Amino acid sequence: MADDAIRCDACPVLCYIKPGRTGACDRYANAGGKLIRIDPHVVLERAVERGDTLVPFLETVRDWDGTLLNGEQTFVTAIGAGTTYPDYKPAPFIISSEVAGVDMVTVVTEGIFSYCGVKLKIDTDRHLGPECSTVRSQGQAIGHVTTSEYGSQMMSLGGVRHLTGGTRREGTATCDALLNLCNGNAVELTVDNGAAIEVQANQPPVVDGVREERMRVGCGSATIGMFAKQWFGKVDEVVVVDDHITGVLSEHQAGKLLGVPETGIKMKGQRSTPGRYFRVAEPGTSWGGTNIDDPLSILDPFDPEAARPGLRLLMVSTTGEHRAYFELDETLTPREKDLPEPLARSVERIRDNCEPALCTVLFMGGAGGSLRAGVTENPVQLTHSVGKALTRVTCGGAPVYVWPGGGITFMVDVSRVPANAFGYVPTPALVAPIEFSLRLSDYAALGGYMDSVKPLHSITHEDDASRRISAHADNPWPLAPERGNK
Amino acid sequence: MNSRAQIRRLSDGRRLHLHDGPIDVILEASGEPGEVERAYRASAARFTNILGELCSELRFLRAPARLDSKLPGGPVARRMLDAVLPFCDETFITPMAAVAGAVAEELLDEMTSAAILKKAYVNDGGDIAFHLAPGERFVIGMVELPQKPSMFGTTAIHCDDPVRGIATSGWRGRSFSLGIADSATVLASHAALADAAATLIANAVDLPGHPAIYRVPACDLAPDSDLGSRLVTQEIGQLARSEIHQALNSGIAVAESFQRRGLIHSAALTLRGIVQTVEPHVTLPAAESCSR
Repeated sequence: MADDAIRCDACPVLCYIKPGRTGACDRYANAGGKLIRIDPHVVLERAVERGDTLVPFLETVRDWDGTLLNGEQTFVTAIGAGTTYPDYKPAPFIISSEVAGVDMVTVVTEGIFSYCGVKLKIDTDRHLGPECSTVRSQGQAIGHVTTSEYGSQMMSLGGVRHLTGGTRREGTATCDALLNLCNGNAVELTVDNGAAIEVQANQPPVVDGVREERMRVGCGSATIGMFAKQWFGKVDEVVVVDDHITGVLSEHQAGKLLGVPETGIKMKGQRSTPGRYFRVAEPGTSWGGTNIDDPLSILDPFDPEAARPGLRLLMVSTTGEHRAYFELDETLTPREKDLPEPLARSVERIRDNCEPALCTVLFMGGAGGSLRAGVTENPVQLTHSVGKALTRVTCGGAPVYVWPGGGITFMVDVSRVPANAFGYVPTPALVAPIEFSLRLSDYAALGGYMDSVKPLHSITHEDDASRRISAHADNPWPLAPERGNK
Repeated sequence: MNSRAQIRRLSDGRRLHLHDGPIDVILEASGEPGEVERAYRASAARFTNILGELCSELRFLRAPARLDSKLPGGPVARRMLDAVLPFCDETFITPMAAVAGAVAEELLDEMTSAAILKKAYVNDGGDIAFHLAPGERFVIGMVELPQKPSMFGTTAIHCDDPVRGIATSGWRGRSFSLGIADSATVLASHAALADAAATLIANAVDLPGHPAIYRVPACDLAPDSDLGSRLVTQEIGQLARSEIHQALNSGIAVAESFQRRGLIHSAALTLRGIVQTVEPHVTLPAAESCSR
C-alpha cells in the first residue's frame, strides 16, 4: 500500500486516503498526513428579520453565490472548523469583522472535550428511579439520577469518569449516548431499579413505552386550590392523586373557605396538613406518578357517620390524564359512573393548563489547556477575559452559560446549536464547536495570535467548503452588543 | 445502535435523514400516521446494521462479479450481486456498482413489510427506490449537475409502470466514472439494477483516447478503489459539438442494448447540456432546453 496514504478509522469502511483526498464519505480527509474532518464549515447568517429558522444540512446550497457579506450579518461558527488538538497552534480560524464601528475578532475552533457531559431535564411526574441510581445505555453505566425538580426529573450523563475512567465499552457507550443526545437523536436509557426511557432533545419523554404528554398543572394540593371554585356545587368530593401531595377538596383549606361539607372520606397515606396527604401509594408510572391503576385503592371505607348514599366523588390526576367518577351506593361503596359533562370540562381544563412535557438537553463542557492555547499564547488571560465578560463565548453561534469561578466551563442548550454540530474522537471524547468573540484591541492585549487574524470576507470567499445557514430565531446574535446581563 | 449512525427527521417533519459513514439517505413514506411511524422505526432499526454488514464482506464486494460467484451473506450484498450479474460476462463490474441502489431497496423493503403505505421513496445519494400503492404516482425531476440544481426534465411514474428504481451516474459524482457523461439517469424495475446499469451507461459515454480528457488510475486517487488501475475521468476540456454527440451515441447504444434485454425501462443521458434519451416516457420541455 502506498505509504503516503493514511487509514481512516472513522467508520468500518477503513478507507486508505491519499494526501489531499477525501474518503468515500467526503467527510474525512488526509491533510498532509493527518486525518481531518471536513464537514462543510458552517457560517451563520443573521436572518432574524426574515424569521427564518435553521435549514437542515442537505437542503442548503453548498455553492457560494458570490454575494459580498455584510460583516455584522455574518458569523463564522466553529462547526467543521477543525481543532487545535494535540498541537498548541493557533485556532483554525481567527476572524476579524467590524461591528457597529468596533473591530471585533472571533476565534473559532472545535474543542475536544474529555471533560464533558449532558444535563438532562425530563418533564414527568412518573417515578424514573431513586436518586443516585445508575443510568445505563446499551447496558453500560453512563450517568445517574439526580434531583427532582418541579414537574421534572434531572439526570446527569457522561462526565470524564464514565468517558475515560471506566472500561472501554463504558466509555464508548457514554460517548455514543452523549453524541446522539447533543445531535438531537433519540436515546434509550434504563435506570437501575427504575424505568426504561427514551429521550430526545425537545421531544416528549417515553417512559416504559408510554409517551409523556403533559407536565402536571401543580401538585395535588395546588390543583385543589386552582379548581375548587369550578368544582363547587357540581360534585361533593374531589381527590387529586399525586405521588408528591394528594389533595382532598372537602378537607382542604380551599374547600373549607367555600363551605364544602364533610364527606366522610378516609384517605390512606400520611396526612401532612388538612386535605394534603403524602405517600398515598408507592411511586410509579401510573396515576399521578404513583403505582396505582385503581384509584379506589388509596381510599379506606367511608365514615358512615358523615357519608351518605348518592355522594358524588371525582378522582383525577394532576395532569387530567387519569380520571374516574363515582357515586356511593346504599352500602356507601363507590360505584363508577360516566363522568358528568360539567366535570369532564373541568378535567379538560386541567389538561389544557398543563404544559407539554419535553426533554431538554444541556451540553456541559470545560475548555482545556490546548483549546485555550489555540486562542492566546497566555491561556489564563482568556479565562480572565471570559470571567470579566470582555470575551463572549458561543457554541455554534448559540448563547452559553459560563459557570462563575475558575476555568471556562459552560452549558448550552443543544437545540439552539445548528444540526449535527457535535462530533467525537475515539479517545472517547466529544467534539463541540466553540467561538470566542472579543474586541480586536482586547485580543491583542491578552496575547492573541495577531498574525493569524483574517478578515471575514477572506474566509467566506476563499473557503468554498463553507455552508451558510440562517441564525436560530431564538438566539441572540453572537456579535450583538450585550444588554446588561453579566 | 452503532456509534456513528445518525437518524433524524428533517425540519419539515416528514422526511427522515439517515447517515452512517459514506451512506447518506433521505426517505419519506406517506399513509396513515401510525403506519408511517412504524415504517420509519423499521427503516431506522435496519439502517444501523447496514454499513457493518457491508464492510464485513467488502473484499468480496470490491472484486469483479462472476456468474459463478459464491452468494454473499448479507441481504444488501446479495441485492448488489444480483443486480450486477446480468452484466458481468460482457464487461468489468463489481457489486459495488450497485451499492447505493441496493441500500435504498433494502430500506424500502423494510418499510413496506412493516407498514401499509400509500407511497414511499428512499433516496440514497440520488439512487432511488420507491413504492406506489394502486392509483398512486410520483413525479420526478431530473437535474443535470448536482451543483446547479435546475431541472432539465420531469418524468411521472404511475403505479402501473414497471419502474420502482431510478439511478444516476456521472463523472462528477461521488463515485469514480470511466466515462465522461455529466449524468446518466436510468429507470428500471428496481433501484440496484438501475444503479448498476447507470454506472455502465455512464462509463460508455466516452471518447477513448481524446486528448482533452484527463484520466488518472483510480488507485492513485483512492488506493482501495474497486476500479484498481483503471483510468477514471478527472477533468474534461473543450469538446466539439460532434464529439459530444458521438460520446452520447456510444452511451445510447449500450442503453438500448440493455433495454432490448429487458434490464432497463428507459434512460436519459446528458453531456455539456445536450440530452439524449432512450424511450419516450421521459417528457422533456421544448427543444431549446435540449440544446442549451
